[in-house]
Amino acid sequence: MANPGHTQPIVELVDVHKYFGAHHVLRGIDLRVQQGEVVVIVGPSGSGKSTMLRCINHLERIQRGRILVAGHLVGYRESGDRLVELSDAEVARHRRDVGMVFQQFNLFPHMTALDNIAAAPIHVLRVPSAEARTQAVRLLELVGLPEKAEAYPAQLSGGQQQRVAIARALAMNPKVMLFDEPTSALDPEMITEVLDVMLALSRQGSTMLVVTHEMGFARAAADRIVFMDQGRLVEEAPPDRFFGNPQNERTRQFLSKILH
Amino acid sequence: MPGWDWGAFQRYLFNRFLLEGVWTTVWLSVVVMALGLLVGLLAALMNLSRHPALRTPARFYLWLIRGTPLLIQLIIIYTGLPQVGIRFNVIQSALIGMTLNEGAYLSEIIRAGILSVPKGQYDAARALGMTYPVLMRVVVMPQAARVIIPPLGNNFNGLLKTTSLVSVISMEELLRRSQMLIQLEFRVLEIFLVAALYYLTLTTLWGIAQRRLEAHFGRSVAAAPEGLEPGRALTAAGKPMRAGAAADRSLLEQDLR
Repeated sequence: MANPGHTQPIVELVDVHKYFGAHHVLRGIDLRVQQGEVVVIVGPSGSGKSTMLRCINHLERIQRGRILVAGHLVGYRESGDRLVELSDAEVARHRRDVGMVFQQFNLFPHMTALDNIAAAPIHVLRVPSAEARTQAVRLLELVGLPEKAEAYPAQLSGGQQQRVAIARALAMNPKVMLFDEPTSALDPEMITEVLDVMLALSRQGSTMLVVTHEMGFARAAADRIVFMDQGRLVEEAPPDRFFGNPQNERTRQFLSKILH
Repeated sequence: MPGWDWGAFQRYLFNRFLLEGVWTTVWLSVVVMALGLLVGLLAALMNLSRHPALRTPARFYLWLIRGTPLLIQLIIIYTGLPQVGIRFNVIQSALIGMTLNEGAYLSEIIRAGILSVPKGQYDAARALGMTYPVLMRVVVMPQAARVIIPPLGNNFNGLLKTTSLVSVISMEELLRRSQMLIQLEFRVLEIFLVAALYYLTLTTLWGIAQRRLEAHFGRSVAAAPEGLEPGRALTAAGKPMRAGAAADRSLLEQDLR
């Protein structure tokens, strides 16, 4: 699987197809994300952006193609030319390399912010509790919420919850971070605080895949922007070219709708 | 015909023979609840499984146990099975019968609790690399507990009284002891009122404990969403209380004859 002589992509999708019943959601996705790259995925709703992210850590099964993270198949092993789904424990092990931030935050409501962040290191990586909590405190500082350690999610604003959720994903030291519309459920005044954290992460060299409608963030943080429509990657370009000189007609239509 | 006797009533109130029966009722309820929770959890998880090989036996178990009266189940286990060479003593029969029965009802409560946890919680737990057992223990069950505990408390209240059914297989809990004492002393009203008072004391004490438990598990989370407690209605409607009461009466008549 290793590919000596080439830089191994952190994430690689090869001809990925996904169906929900008869609905063909992903129609042959090819995408490579290199170490330290920030790829922003944009496109109209229903184009398969979120589904693609969810396939990368096997929250969704795929029906055809390959998804590799750090050179390893996610959720499957190869048997001849067929993919066989792995056991629960093996899939869980693969997911440790992939951090995910959700539109609805999905913090654990029965745990404090600190415990939300420390939970996976303690229960998945078996890090001693004291050590995991020390790291959690550091991560809370990183996302600018050191004073909220003992707060429960219900006591935090949406923006604060999402920043805790980012810290929670970072606690596993993932090789890549997936952001699934992280600011779409936020009130406008809270969007910036979340984007600032993400921007800081991107500047520290984190590998990130971000589904978002925030074009300002895309311009500032993205190495590449990918435009997705009807289950296909239609156009892929650095921000300047993507916004300045889009090649595809559908990209132009999409941009004309969201930029005015 | 003797009339009401206050002196006898007060004597029975602290009667050692009856108090031993109370103790049996309490430990039987606690043990059955604990075992029933294990059986109920297992049945609920099996019932929620994607695999028919797990789901089907769980559903058969629930259908069988919830579709037949506990009284008949107890008699089959204690009196019927020896006919085919399977013998359990009184305590074993009581524990097996009551645990299977309680487990079936608890399983539905636990299942409703698990189903009340939003799908996003599973996504988040899985994305963090948690396996199914870890995500159930760390993420899902603590949240389900908030929904499960109120109907669970009601079930335990019911259980304290349902244990009286094992008197039919001659386990000497509170009801059986009361009946035995009546056979000796013929003070039906005094003795049964004392027994009723004991049951009332047990359920009242439990009610206080239950409020504490609910307060404990309700902390840190906003008020429980409404409409998430189907277990409550199910328990109230599903328990074979009527059959039990009728059986108690007929037994009593037998014993007094």
